[in-house]
Amino acid sequence: MITTSIKRRTLLGAGLAGASMLAMPSVLRAQDKSLKVGVYGGYFKTSFDKNIFPEFTKATGIAVESIAEPTGEAWLVQLEQAARAGQAPADVSMMSQVAMLKGQSTELWTPIDMAKIKNASNLLDRFVNKYPDGRVAGIGAVSWYITLVTNTDVYKEAPTSWAAFWDPANADKLGLLALVSNSFLLEVTAKTFFGGTNALDTEEGILKVFEKLAEVKPNVRLWYRDEAQFEQSLKSGEIPMGQYYHDVTGLAAADGNPVRSTFPKEGGIQDSGCWALSRASQKSEEAHIFIDYMCQPSIQATLSRKVGTSPTVKREVTDLTDKEFAAVSSDIEPIVPRYDLYQSKSDWLNQKWTELIVG
Amino acid sequence: MRREPPQTLGDYAPLLFPAAMLTIFFVVPFGTMIAVSFFQRQQGGFYTPAFVFDNYARFLSAFFGGVLGFSLLLAITVAICCVVLALPFTYMLTRMGRKVQVVWLVALLSILSLSEVIIGFAWSTLFSRTAGITNILVALGIMSEAKALTPSFGAVLTGMVYQAFPYTVLVLFPALVRLDPTLTEAARTLGASPLKAFFTVVVPALRNTITATLIMVFIFALGSYLLPQLLGRPQHWTLSVLITDQAIYQSNMPFAAAMAVFLVLVTLGLVALTVIAGRKGEAA
Repeated sequence: MITTSIKRRTLLGAGLAGASMLAMPSVLRAQDKSLKVGVYGGYFKTSFDKNIFPEFTKATGIAVESIAEPTGEAWLVQLEQAARAGQAPADVSMMSQVAMLKGQSTELWTPIDMAKIKNASNLLDRFVNKYPDGRVAGIGAVSWYITLVTNTDVYKEAPTSWAAFWDPANADKLGLLALVSNSFLLEVTAKTFFGGTNALDTEEGILKVFEKLAEVKPNVRLWYRDEAQFEQSLKSGEIPMGQYYHDVTGLAAADGNPVRSTFPKEGGIQDSGCWALSRASQKSEEAHIFIDYMCQPSIQATLSRKVGTSPTVKREVTDLTDKEFAAVSSDIEPIVPRYDLYQSKSDWLNQKWTELIVG
Repeated sequence: MRREPPQTLGDYAPLLFPAAMLTIFFVVPFGTMIAVSFFQRQQGGFYTPAFVFDNYARFLSAFFGGVLGFSLLLAITVAICCVVLALPFTYMLTRMGRKVQVVWLVALLSILSLSEVIIGFAWSTLFSRTAGITNILVALGIMSEAKALTPSFGAVLTGMVYQAFPYTVLVLFPALVRLDPTLTEAARTLGASPLKAFFTVVVPALRNTITATLIMVFIFALGSYLLPQLLGRPQHWTLSVLITDQAIYQSNMPFAAAMAVFLVLVTLGLVALTVIAGRKGEAA
């Protein structure tokens, strides 16, 4: 029974392969080696599909099927559930730092063999995500900034500090991210009012920061989960200030929308995504080739120019001009999120946060 | 035609398919959810099979009690608003010509084809300061300046009533069409005004239908999680929003499952109470 079904399938496969060979030899070569890559859906995926993946296929002969993944941890949950069933909806996925840590706890990520990543020496250390025992869980794909954004029609002058969120003059004007683990507002509050994110080392410290953050509530019109919701309101001036992604805001401004992104003097929030390989994937070899390819300085520079992300490799190895670099990054020391907290205290933080904004 | 009770096993055969579907797509997932609600949450990870009550214990707090209370209140308000609006509307619709009825019903059905996302974004635009209906009022000189009507409780309620209204009409319609017109005619002959006839004859005659419709809209509204997010402030978020947060964003399946089980139990309890109260009312 099993043999016949295999035979039938082989026959079908051979037939298909034969047909496609006749039709288009290049497609067959691409189909030989393929890789499913998860990237954030929408603008990110479109940019990767247009600027990155075709070049990769040309260079390596590996066809890429890009999968639109939701932001936040939804994709992590799906990958984890699928891996339990031995499935990989995507072989390589772009994952946030919090998701990387959570995936580590269940050994979701296949360790990356650094010997196969020739371009690894270009990477900045903080973009190599490691298991506690030193195995490499993921490699920096892109990094991005969340900054202070304003509508230029409503705010003629750009604000200079995150403290603008607390200004009573901005009552009911802010759009902020709705979750503790993606808004990083605790870090922002700590850096702005308590001298740095070290203020979050103890629970008492965190509670103090929460108290300060609670003062922002009357100014918030929208706590958004869905980016489109805020972006639209920001462009129209309905919600003229808030936190948003530096890259997307820059593109919206370039399209002629009255928006601007400002690096406050306390620094923008720097977050990053890693390429990580699901343990259920059978495509380890192709995945390593892909990750190595993405670590090339020239590819990172292309990403900065076309997608607006900040490079994960050292700046001096790229050929980005000062102006190009300034468009995607800033010399102001960034606020680096306390990812460790979202691992060790995630439920407590989530509970306090929900009580803060809902209560 | 007289209906024979099923005699042999074979007579039950037509039931097998729906029963299997119900088992596979409802009973099994629901059972899984109940099981997961007792699992041990691994903070910063996922969960491990166990039998603990932690997830339920976490839910039993004033905070979640408040959210649950708000969700129930919102759903009840939506149900009452829908029935109060839909009952006279449907009654008048059944008195109209066939062509008019068809046009109205098609229009209502087309609302059903809209997704919650579209309804939410449409209402948030209508209620916005920059492009909303208040601009029309300003142009007419009724208001001095445009203002935002969202986020607010009123906006959430409007969106949800708009979404549930077609269902309400479609459920009430058959019962109202079947209602014997001679009942109201008799009331009118005996001197009742049309309004009095409606309230003293039509409404009591439809008591069971109205209760059933209220329950249906209530349950329908209880599951809403997108409209409260799009049109409300955080204090207007329903329990469903928090369940989604836990399941999707916090990867805390056990807690999300426990909240969902709790919500189902409370809902079933309320429905049972309504049904029992209805029976008692009939017996009296």
